[in-house]
Amino acid sequence: MSTKTLPDLIPDAKLKLPKQAERTLAGGLTVIAIRRTSVPLVELRLRVPFGKAPLARATLLPQALFTGTGTMSSIDIAAELQAVGGGLSAGLDPDRLVVSGNSLASGLDRMLEILAAVLTDPAYPNEEVATERDRLVDHIQVALTQPSHLARTALLKRMFGKHPYAVQTPEPEQVRAVRPAQLRTLHAERVRPEGAVLVLVGDLNPEKAIDAAEKALGSWTGPAKTVEMPPTPPLEPGALLLVDRPGAVQSSLRMALPAVERTDPDYAALQIANLIFGGYFSSRWVENMREDKGYTYGPHTAIEHYLAGSTLTVSAEVATEVTGPSLLETLYELGRIASLPPAEDELEQARRYALGTLRLGMSTQGGLASLASMYANFGLRLDHLPQYSAALATVTREQVADAAARFLAPTRAVTVVLGDAEKVQGPLSALTAVERSAE
Amino acid sequence: MARRIKIPATKYPVERFTLANGLRVVLTPDRSAPVVGVAVVYDVGIRSEPEGRTGFAHLFEHLMFQGSENLEKLAHFRHVQGAGGTFNGSTHLDYTDYFEVLPSGALERALFLEADRMRGPRLTEENLLNQIDVVKEEIRVNVLNRPYGGFPWLRLPPVMFSTFPNAHDGYGSFGDLDSATVEDAQAFFDRYYACGNATLAVAGDFDVATATEMIHRHFGDVPARPAPALPDFHEPDLTSEKRDVYTDKLAPLPGVASAWRVPDPIGDFENYLPFVVLAEVLTDGDASRLVERLVQRDRTVTSIGGYIGFMGDEFQVRNPTAMLLQAHMPPGGDAEKVLRTVDEEMDRLAADGLKPGELERVQARIATHLLRDTDAVLGRALPMAVLELQRGRPEMLNELPKLVGEVTEAQIVAAAATLRPERRATVEVIPGAAA
Repeated sequence: MSTKTLPDLIPDAKLKLPKQAERTLAGGLTVIAIRRTSVPLVELRLRVPFGKAPLARATLLPQALFTGTGTMSSIDIAAELQAVGGGLSAGLDPDRLVVSGNSLASGLDRMLEILAAVLTDPAYPNEEVATERDRLVDHIQVALTQPSHLARTALLKRMFGKHPYAVQTPEPEQVRAVRPAQLRTLHAERVRPEGAVLVLVGDLNPEKAIDAAEKALGSWTGPAKTVEMPPTPPLEPGALLLVDRPGAVQSSLRMALPAVERTDPDYAALQIANLIFGGYFSSRWVENMREDKGYTYGPHTAIEHYLAGSTLTVSAEVATEVTGPSLLETLYELGRIASLPPAEDELEQARRYALGTLRLGMSTQGGLASLASMYANFGLRLDHLPQYSAALATVTREQVADAAARFLAPTRAVTVVLGDAEKVQGPLSALTAVERSAE
Repeated sequence: MARRIKIPATKYPVERFTLANGLRVVLTPDRSAPVVGVAVVYDVGIRSEPEGRTGFAHLFEHLMFQGSENLEKLAHFRHVQGAGGTFNGSTHLDYTDYFEVLPSGALERALFLEADRMRGPRLTEENLLNQIDVVKEEIRVNVLNRPYGGFPWLRLPPVMFSTFPNAHDGYGSFGDLDSATVEDAQAFFDRYYACGNATLAVAGDFDVATATEMIHRHFGDVPARPAPALPDFHEPDLTSEKRDVYTDKLAPLPGVASAWRVPDPIGDFENYLPFVVLAEVLTDGDASRLVERLVQRDRTVTSIGGYIGFMGDEFQVRNPTAMLLQAHMPPGGDAEKVLRTVDEEMDRLAADGLKPGELERVQARIATHLLRDTDAVLGRALPMAVLELQRGRPEMLNELPKLVGEVTEAQIVAAAATLRPERRATVEVIPGAAA
């Protein structure tokens, strides 16, 4: 058995940005078109400011957005889109209404026309809205039995208190009370081009694609209601909140830690600190919890960005019988990274991962579209990528240690555990103060 | 609406060769983004695991990440991610895949890592016990601790099939997982993980001559071992409906899923392909037949989906397989009524055919899905590796949108006519949680 050596890496070529164009239309819609001709398709992303919209209506509106226009039924809309290989869907995040879709490249004009009809001439027919309302209620009922959803709901409440971000899913009863007329009103008030960004990526000529968008969406006009989202409150670490789920065979462990926005000078250091701690498979926490202890399958951490603030979240589903020990290892790894600087090879490995996965994310039309749209949401453009890459390439061990000490200290964490309280309360109480959820 | 859009095609180049040790190789270069995808696929899956060892193919997939000839435990992950890449593996009914996506300068490293474990993983008691724990947590997350876990992919096969390879639980029972030994793992590797039983595909930003040289250098000395004979898992079709009902104590709403056998995806592709299109005619979007009828008009289901293959891998599965329909119903929903309506719609389709433009628009949408998947390097490397393994035709990936576009109305009607209640296997979920 001969020993073989690992081949060296060939250094990356300079990051190349795709050809693109941008124009803000008279109505206020910004259109960004990016050329990637790899497959004969176009990806579409539209984000419309939607912060602080009444939750039940705002959650139903995207589900009902394609139920009809002045001239098309829901079936017409779906069939006409399909005819050009297209499809559109809509969703909501706490800041935006998001429309996503794609079509054959030759169908771009038609897809834009249909999108324009939906945006400017929506009908919200009573029958169809009632169907979508019932489906949304069913969907929420299912979510309410999913541990990931329940843990997230409890964590958001602890993180955000009275801030609008604290509740992101309406109660079934609230959804049942929504009337079609309320959707029409909400649409008229909030589904407006001002501040909205449309991203088109694919086998297209950027200027011509913007012309097509202007032709189709030029009639989308009208002022948007101005809504100020207050900044998110600072996290208030306190007792671990234990939410009972009798009989659960796993506990859902969730933590929230402070973070900074993408443009903050500390962001690259924080991202690297997060990777070294738990943000990728080859992190300390994942190697410990999964590959050494076997407590969990897919533990992960992420930095989540909202318009009004950013948070680092830590998530793991762990076997009920190792819930206490899992918290122990998590606190240990957070304490370790907050107290001791990482090793040089840990930093280099995380740095290369961060730089490499940026390139992977840009390598498809869909990836580019989502990235450009998400950046635009925060006022950034793809030219932020080379800047951010440079920050990742130069961040030092000291900067990473400093960011870890400030953001990953276990004393700063808001912690929620969803699980069989009778079995896990004792072991958790051995490690930290535990408070039972009232629900 | 009936105007027809032209279905475009991709022209990804395909180079094929076989090493002296039997490893089949597919190269598909594309310099449009500075990334590469590497996929190694072994011709063994859930259907080949031994009785008393349910879940073993998947457990073994985990063991392939636990170190190999020149690599300690954890090294594989660190070398891929430390090169800026991502990795994973997955176990299917008929094959097991391992893959990486990386910046193009890391291609040789990925080839080295795959060749090293093709020579043999480090199989130790400690790693085995650790990964049995991890797999149990995976099963808890995906099956035991959530509503509708394993519905219908683990629930329908035992209703539809009667032989162990086709019917058993591919995730495995905890008892069987606990019984697994290092000796079992070594025997499984020796039997199935021969390089003659594998394919390697590389897609993306590389030079063919350079990559060919690297592949010879890294894989050329993997010892040749004979590939096992390809098993035949065929079973006779159902002659009367088979049913099962179970209570899911975490589920708040009732559910139902049915499956019908379809023609051999490889041996009878011409008659198989119409079912792929039919599934979309029935369930893709608001203008599809079953969504329009059951969701919009009757409101008897809250969602419905249709697809081929229990794992949704319609072009990467062998005979026997099935077309599936699965639906969730509102509270108090009636599965019988849903099934009767499906039968009615099938009769209507078989009797009246399709509406003008209906087939063309569905074909256009399928083309978009197929093309979109191939935009990612892995969306070329993985299916081409499997197409090479199962059909010796990786270039078929380029042809699929056109082949789908050539399916005729008569073929759809004929396919729909075979979806009779007496050929159906059905499983019903009774909600055990209050809605």
